[in-house]
Amino acid sequence: MLPKDQLAVVLKDKFQDSFIEITEFRGMLTIHILGEEVVSLLRTLKTDPRFAFNFLANITAVDHLEMGGHARFSVVYHLLNQHEVRRIVVRAWVDEENPRLPSATPLWNTADWQEREVFDLFGIEFEGHPNLTRIMNPDYFQYHPLRKDYPLSGRGERDNFKVVKRSIGSKWQDRRSFE
Amino acid sequence: MGVDRNGKDGWLTTTVDSLANWARKNSLWPMPFGTACCGIEFMSALASRHDLARFGAEAIRFSPRQSDLMIVAGRVPIKLMPVLTRIYEQMPEPKWVISMGACASSGGVFDTYSVIQGIDNFLPVDVYLPGCPPRPEAILDGLILIQKMIKKDSLRHYKVPVEEADV
Ligand code: SF4
Repeated sequence: MLPKDQLAVVLKDKFQDSFIEITEFRGMLTIHILGEEVVSLLRTLKTDPRFAFNFLANITAVDHLEMGGHARFSVVYHLLNQHEVRRIVVRAWVDEENPRLPSATPLWNTADWQEREVFDLFGIEFEGHPNLTRIMNPDYFQYHPLRKDYPLSGRGERDNFKVVKRSIGSKWQDRRSFE
Repeated sequence: MGVDRNGKDGWLTTTVDSLANWARKNSLWPMPFGTACCGIEFMSALASRHDLARFGAEAIRFSPRQSDLMIVAGRVPIKLMPVLTRIYEQMPEPKWVISMGACASSGGVFDTYSVIQGIDNFLPVDVYLPGCPPRPEAILDGLILIQKMIKKDSLRHYKVPVEEADV
């Protein structure tokens, strides 16, 4: 695997303006890139023998509302090279207005459910995904609760279910006095 | 019972009452709705050290149609609330509900959009067990409270009042 500086040169050469930067934290490299190009970057990392990151370990996302960053959302891909046991992080930045990314399902089938989770919780859409539906929240749910502007206690989702009363006559309530 | 027409509980009703209550309170069949850690604690209440069987409640039924005591042990998310309601409605009368633990009773520490803040918002609850999780002794205590309730019950309570009856 190339050292950080050379990797930056190679990627800058290949992806031009889409490539943003490479950062390092405790020996783990993070490649920052604009959203549209993320799948070609992932394909390069997977197929190029210099990298050979053959395993997609995880996809998640971060809402950078009022936190700074290159855009509002970043979708984070954790890749693993299983032969040399090395890891790398790819961070794809997407705007608030049009949160869309190409889907990584053609490269890894395991991206399927992970992208559905990011879609469910952050509302980021993945183009070319075979079945982009909610995975955890119920289908009628309207919001994307892991966005930072969604209130923690929700917008009334938990308060409007059917209320079941005791079906027996009102005297039934008396049994609460059991002492 | 339409037997004692003088407005008071007569010999027949009280005797049948005490017989039915005795049978009911000593053979509660719980329907465990264990969704989280409290469910594990409930299992330990069933096991040999605490032994729920001493109170006649060891026949755990996973079918609501065979049980008369629902023990909601654990937090209930919004996706599960319609299921819980459905299960409660499927249980035959008479039925009792124990809300076990902080989560089922009040949402506990999970004050988030996805967790119901106390099942008593939507279901009638008879006994609340505080604790996170409640000790098995508390579960036994809750069961004894339910038994006391049943003991005070009367078959006359099962009449649907005329003004509410659907005729
Ligand atoms: S009350 Fe405590 S032990 Fe019971 S379900 Fe909630 S967190 Fe778990």
